[in-house]
Amino acid sequence: MIKPLILKKPKKSRKMLKQQRTAYMFIFPYALMFSIFIIIPVVIAIILSLTYFDTVRAPFWIGFENYINILTNDEVFMQKVLPNTIKYAIIVGPGGYILSFLLAWILAQLTPKLRTIYALIIYSPSLTSGITMAVLWKVIFAGDNSGYLNTLLMKLGLIVEPIIYLQSQEFLLLIMIIVTLWSSMGVGFLAILAGILNVDIEMYEAGYIDGIKNKFQEVIYITIPSIKPQMLFGAVMAIVGTFASAGIGVALSGSNPTPQYAGQLIVNHIEYYGFNKFEMGYAAALSVLLLIGIYLLSRIAFKVFGNKE
Amino acid sequence: MRKTKFLGTKINPTRFHRSQLKYILIITPVALFMLLPLVYIFNYAFKPLEEMFYYPPRFLVEKFTLQNFVRLFSVTGTSGIPMSRYLFNSIIVTVLVIVTSVIFSTLAGYALSKLNFRGKKLMNEINTLALMFVGVAVMIPRYLIIEKLGLIDSFAIHVLPYLAIPVGLFLVKQFIDQIPNELLDASRIDGANEWQIYTKIILPLIKPAIATIVILSFQSVWNSADTSITYINNDSLKTFAFYMNSLTTNTNGVAGQGMAAAASLIMFLPNLIIFMVMQSKVMDTMAHSGIK
Repeated sequence: MIKPLILKKPKKSRKMLKQQRTAYMFIFPYALMFSIFIIIPVVIAIILSLTYFDTVRAPFWIGFENYINILTNDEVFMQKVLPNTIKYAIIVGPGGYILSFLLAWILAQLTPKLRTIYALIIYSPSLTSGITMAVLWKVIFAGDNSGYLNTLLMKLGLIVEPIIYLQSQEFLLLIMIIVTLWSSMGVGFLAILAGILNVDIEMYEAGYIDGIKNKFQEVIYITIPSIKPQMLFGAVMAIVGTFASAGIGVALSGSNPTPQYAGQLIVNHIEYYGFNKFEMGYAAALSVLLLIGIYLLSRIAFKVFGNKE
Repeated sequence: MRKTKFLGTKINPTRFHRSQLKYILIITPVALFMLLPLVYIFNYAFKPLEEMFYYPPRFLVEKFTLQNFVRLFSVTGTSGIPMSRYLFNSIIVTVLVIVTSVIFSTLAGYALSKLNFRGKKLMNEINTLALMFVGVAVMIPRYLIIEKLGLIDSFAIHVLPYLAIPVGLFLVKQFIDQIPNELLDASRIDGANEWQIYTKIILPLIKPAIATIVILSFQSVWNSADTSITYINNDSLKTFAFYMNSLTTNTNGVAGQGMAAAASLIMFLPNLIIFMVMQSKVMDTMAHSGIK
């Protein structure tokens, strides 16, 4: 009885070791690219953020000075970039997210053929890239008589003179928000739609027997709780999409910094300090703050929709 | 009574019912707004020059023409490089990215989902965390690394940064999670090794997830001018998205707008066609997309 036991044990673990080796081999190519382009850059950003680095001389250690400067000395950051980023992020992030849920929910009420057509139309703007579409928005919002919006508003008698939207302090951020919302019904939207369509129909039946009276209660008590995982995925995609699309202001106005910093977001600020002023350490500190901000926002989403209690 | 009310308002209806009209009424204006810019591109791309000078400007094209496309193909940039060269570069880059990222993420997704190894839980957690990663935030350190690796002005730099897409790996892994372990164990008993299981069982079963990665990587690489702008100085190595980008930023003239619209259309159409072909598979993958 003892012999086979002793024989069996090393055999099994050898098999497991073999599987472990295969697993590492399978993961290796992805992990290598992941390390080079995601992990190492994040680590370097953290280290650089604690240094002064102008790309000519070697970076030297200055501790938290960059962070202190961002928070106390950077007027543009505190007065323009941060308020712009917060305003933009709140409307495009949670706003776009709620919108994508509402649209997905409405689509789920339609018959399959009709739904596919509408879903395709709503999803299609996210297939375009913000920058390449800038050309089209530039014509719609053109600042002279040839702009579509100006023509339309002047025809309706709402304005007398054409408005130079894309160079304007009042309108640039608003237009950026509209353009980003337009193209934000992407992967997250599809995930939520797929989630809603896959909710077990018996859940609704049971819900109505238990006294659910209207559509609103149905959404709150059945739909959303049933698709929490998709809601969370959609939320993370919304947060990430918000910050990833932030180059649009520079594309629309044609300059970085944007006119009077009207559409300056933190991503543009990083780019400006890094590639125009060559203050790499400072730019890295901004990057780290941005990543922390995104992480904290995502944690909120995990708190709301995750089931880790 | 309750039952009939429930059936009248159910999700994912199979037949048309009057009660659905109100939803159509809400969604149609939204869809029109979403469609407007695309309608504009189509019209502008086929507009003859004289129609662009109309005042007040007209939205729809009256006399279709291919003029804009002809000019787009014949014009060579200030650097003397023909547009076809950029298009060629883009196609090569896109194909390389799609094929390689499908292989990388399905291999890793299989291991992270079904194989046992030390560090598995940690790696899955890192990847979920990486879903929140925004590439533009670390463009400077990335630049420094790429410079150190000697990849500035190399064709490879168009491809490499797009091979690790956390969302892609995440979706593939979630999809492979649905495959029953018994199926794999049965083949292991029959003597199949992990590579055979991966090629013979996993790959055929996860076609929908593969279609999704194809679309995600196509979108990110085909539409992106970033690598050309940041890492490439040699004009003959730049991509179509870059050319497109320089067209749109450098043209203020009306004639340029027509060309830019034609180029936008060339950029956009492949995205649309690929998505339309694969949309049911994508929806299938998305049903498993949740973060648990």
